[in-house]
Amino acid sequence: MGAISGMVGARIKRREDPRLITGNASYTDDFKFVNMSYAHFLRSDYAHARIKNIDTSAAKKHPGVLAVLTGEDLKGKAGEMVAVPFGANCIIPPHSAITSDKVRYVGEIVAVVIADDRATARDASELINVEYEELPAVVDVEEAAKGLPVLVHDGIPNNIGATLEFGDAAKTKEAFANAEVIVEQRFNNQRLAPSPMEGRGCVAVWQKGEDALTLYTSTQIPHYTRTFLALTLSIPEHQVRVVAPEVGGGFGAKLNYYPEELVCAYAARKLGRPVKWSETRSESLASMIHGRGQIDYVRIAANKDGTILGIDITAYQDIGAYYQVLTACISALTGLMATGAYDIPAAYFKVYNVLTNKVSTDAYRGAGRPEATYFIERIVNLLANEIGMDQAEIRRKNFIAKDKFPFATPVGLTYDSGDYDIALDKALEMFDYANMQKMAADARAQGRYVGIGMSSYSEVCGMGPSKGMFTGGGWESATLRFEKTGKATVFSGASPHGQGQETSFAQMVATEFGLDYNDVIVKHGDTSNTSYGLGTYGSRGTAVGGAALSLAIETVKEKANKIAASMLEASEEDVVFDAGKYTVKGAAGGKSVTIQEVVFRAYVNPFDGIEPGLESTRFFEPGNFTFPFGTHICAIEVEADTGEVKFLKYVAVDDVGNQINPMLVEGQVHGGLAQGIAQALYEEIVYDSDGQLVTGTLMDYTVPNAVELPHFELGSTCTPSPVNPMGVKGVGEAGTIASTPCVVNALMDALINTGVKDIDMPLRPEKLWRVIHGK
Amino acid sequence: MIPSTFDYFAPAALDEALSLLSEHGDNAKILAGGHSLIPAMRLRLAQPGVLIDIKGLRSQLSYIKEEGGRIKLGAMTNYYSLETSDLLKQKAPILPEAASTIGDVQVRNWGTIGGSTVHADPSSDLPAVLLALDASVTLKSSKSERVVALSDFFVSILTTSIEPSEILTEISFPTPAGKKTSYKKLANKASHFSVVGAAAIIGVDGNGVCTSAAIGFSGLAAVPMRSAVVENALVGKKLDAATIEAACSGSAADVDALSDLHGSQEYRRAMADVFAKRAIKAALAS
Amino acid sequence: MKRTITLTVNGTTYTRDVEPRTLLVHFLREELALTGTHIGCDTSQCGACTVLLNGNSIKSCTAFAVQADGGEITTIEGLAEDGKLHPLQEGFWEEHGLQCGYCTPGMILSSEQLLQRNPDPSEEEIRKGIEGNLCRCTGYQNIVKAVQHAAKNSTAKA
Repeated sequence: MGAISGMVGARIKRREDPRLITGNASYTDDFKFVNMSYAHFLRSDYAHARIKNIDTSAAKKHPGVLAVLTGEDLKGKAGEMVAVPFGANCIIPPHSAITSDKVRYVGEIVAVVIADDRATARDASELINVEYEELPAVVDVEEAAKGLPVLVHDGIPNNIGATLEFGDAAKTKEAFANAEVIVEQRFNNQRLAPSPMEGRGCVAVWQKGEDALTLYTSTQIPHYTRTFLALTLSIPEHQVRVVAPEVGGGFGAKLNYYPEELVCAYAARKLGRPVKWSETRSESLASMIHGRGQIDYVRIAANKDGTILGIDITAYQDIGAYYQVLTACISALTGLMATGAYDIPAAYFKVYNVLTNKVSTDAYRGAGRPEATYFIERIVNLLANEIGMDQAEIRRKNFIAKDKFPFATPVGLTYDSGDYDIALDKALEMFDYANMQKMAADARAQGRYVGIGMSSYSEVCGMGPSKGMFTGGGWESATLRFEKTGKATVFSGASPHGQGQETSFAQMVATEFGLDYNDVIVKHGDTSNTSYGLGTYGSRGTAVGGAALSLAIETVKEKANKIAASMLEASEEDVVFDAGKYTVKGAAGGKSVTIQEVVFRAYVNPFDGIEPGLESTRFFEPGNFTFPFGTHICAIEVEADTGEVKFLKYVAVDDVGNQINPMLVEGQVHGGLAQGIAQALYEEIVYDSDGQLVTGTLMDYTVPNAVELPHFELGSTCTPSPVNPMGVKGVGEAGTIASTPCVVNALMDALINTGVKDIDMPLRPEKLWRVIHGK
Repeated sequence: MIPSTFDYFAPAALDEALSLLSEHGDNAKILAGGHSLIPAMRLRLAQPGVLIDIKGLRSQLSYIKEEGGRIKLGAMTNYYSLETSDLLKQKAPILPEAASTIGDVQVRNWGTIGGSTVHADPSSDLPAVLLALDASVTLKSSKSERVVALSDFFVSILTTSIEPSEILTEISFPTPAGKKTSYKKLANKASHFSVVGAAAIIGVDGNGVCTSAAIGFSGLAAVPMRSAVVENALVGKKLDAATIEAACSGSAADVDALSDLHGSQEYRRAMADVFAKRAIKAALAS
Repeated sequence: MKRTITLTVNGTTYTRDVEPRTLLVHFLREELALTGTHIGCDTSQCGACTVLLNGNSIKSCTAFAVQADGGEITTIEGLAEDGKLHPLQEGFWEEHGLQCGYCTPGMILSSEQLLQRNPDPSEEEIRKGIEGNLCRCTGYQNIVKAVQHAAKNSTAKA
């Protein structure tokens, strides 16, 4: 475990910011190329329909139009979209970038127009005439799992793409047979739109002379995108360059390979002109992947003293009409976290991945773990209420004890490290739990609706060991290169887009070499100058990408030490390095050389027997995932007249291991909290019974603004992870995972006297009002 | 994202705007703040062939004044001007109060009272307030000028009795001297429009007896509306808590209330009671 | 048919022929290459496109360029003077008021409008003042701090 020293652990303000606060950053839509053309995608207005005919003749004749492409035009010329299968019985149906037989969700691409400018492309798309034969739409996931009303894809019986199981069914059954108390509840984890403020977008540039493609795209995974482009368009991979420039948020939604990327690249090659596409918000809500969309039937078995004996879950994951890259895997992450922070001897989780006539679900901040944390944190509270136990005490009673780590769970993971009690204790203290409980009880006695909710989570991140990753790879790469003049450049395979690793990685290098922080820069997101990297998602940027950098630092240090020894005419073992200077052990006031001098020597007049240059590329393969944890507590009041909610207090105590830059950690927690709270209270993708998207603009899909979110009080504990050299755990998703059940638990506590046990999220004012007034 | 093409005119004077309007009729739309029109055009839900941008009339049509016992608002007065007008704060504070709840700062800087009135979005805040103020609108065409009471102006959802050849130039209402007023709303958290809003303009005599009551509802029904039910239950009574409670109970029972994601019909009816009550109480406390 | 318009943006006057349907934000981004102003939605909710027109904050995606003819516009590129960051830019940097940065230009201009009208806002007033701007990364807490930081420093300067 690396010691926290120097700039590591300091609240350094971000390196990224000057360009971002002055308007000088370059996002994908900011790129312009000579002779650039623009794509506009014509999308289905129907959830489910057979395409009888597409007439593109008028659109093709429209002045300024360069091409109109349909699914027929791509047949045999572009491969199917990429999806990772998961589950022994997983059937992946065909998924073309542009559909040609049927449309299967509102927003699916039926044609693309490429034109000289954006407006012309859009104008011409209105001239395309598509004849549809409407089919019944498969909307309700539980009905869909019975094959009703129809099949989304022929050959996938009952619309069930796969059934996944985790844990031990027989042992769990036995636990329930011996239980004194059984509590059960159905939970709905609604569909959400990830909604990064920058939508998707790309510019494809075909370099004729080189037969090469460059794709600028707003993505979290430039290297994967490059491989997928190569495979689907039959371009040698080394002839493809993918650049993720400034990326305006991703949250998992840009951990994907999208039809639009393929089509723009295809069209650029075909036309010999750069092709740009910039997604609009209404397009994004309809056709960027959604998150969540899971129904969980949960049963928990316990003794009356609160000891949990077993948990059993049957889940329905609404995967939408097609598999996107990780669609098949998300519900598995729910199964793997089904026991949360608790030492539960028996668990069984079964999920049906169900096809529906909606856009695909895939990774969205937390990806599968929020669903698990939601149901377990909710049902633990229901259990506490059932046996009359305090919600903090039931958690404490069932926590995995700190001396049991590494802890193998009954659903197949091994948690790395943890001390759940200290995070709970700190949260209780910060929250002033006893007094707040009294306040809430007094308020309820006066007829007010005040509640306190809690959530103690553990989550799996730092994705991850290759053997545990669905994609077959979980490592990350980093290059550290010293330039001749003593400046250092880091090239990371991670692809940060707001997380701040240009700063934190520079802190690491500056600390280790005693460099001025400004002498280190961090590059990322361009496949032409970084080693293959897997990207930024699953709270892995620092836990895996940073760990790769720490390996590169070690390698460079070893070599620098060797050079310094030669320069100092000492043996390597006798060379001491401190604050940027090499000296000889015991030779006080003697010779010294600076790191800059060592770097110069590595390039100029190198020693015999030492390879010139000073750089290292290392790949880090984690031995396990990391498991951040913590406890969040909040107090909320519901206004009886309207059902409107008001936060009285929100305390979050998270343990993400060592922190390289606490300011960045706090920022991640804040943002995570906002999205988790938003799921509890505001956000919901709604399709009507015909599969029409009701929440198609931000007039109806409620991304919360500053007024709707509370002030957060943050605390942290530190239990380093043994998985990586820095002892970090990952923080990108923790806030989201913890906060949703925390808020709902508080609201259900506020409504405890109504006897109602659960309300489907989001807990909009009307729903709360209905419960209060018995409507 | 990009609207269809249109012909664009930016007349410098009202006469010119009116003659353009009579020339293009149904095919033309007036562009004022554009906060309802432009999003609809970007989504291509609206595709007018001609836009007549009346920004050139701003100096003529942007004003807030009192004349002959009436407050007069030029149609191009923006929400921010309403929100910050000293005259209104003194003479009709309900307008600044309501205007401050519209959209957000940027919307208030640009959106106009005339535009919002003609657009007749039922969830828009000011129409209900203006109804409660017994406002009238001045409609001009190149041939005529007429003054129409707002109660006759709103016809159905997003529809008013304005003729294609007319421009709404002014909104006016009797200065609510001595009246107690307030506007309270339950906001749609995504759009900031009202789920239900209630405007209360109450006259009270020295004994605390209600001499006049005007209650307007936004968001409740397909058109901004006044509630005779509540008004009648208040007038002539001493406005104690019980009277207000009774007057506002079931206030919208007979209203064909809207229903959507942000509030069912039942909820909107209940919220009409709640917000009418809040507005009345806040008015009395003002 | 194109129209000729003249606008002063960040102190420089530009005359250009534009299609009437050109949104102001597209004009700034594509005609003037001022790409700091962003587009985040199509219904005027997100505020990423916020600029100042004649001193008032507006959403430049909900205005046609022709409507701004003759006007004076300030975009994010025009805030820093002689290479010295504006107090709000300093505040956002100091307080980690941004992550992906996409909402930041609009957020800063809305904050500028707020501070022009209310130099010493409370936390509640700040939250209300930026309610027309959505941020998906920060949870707004550090944006509030950033505005407070700027308010303090602007006041100290005055």
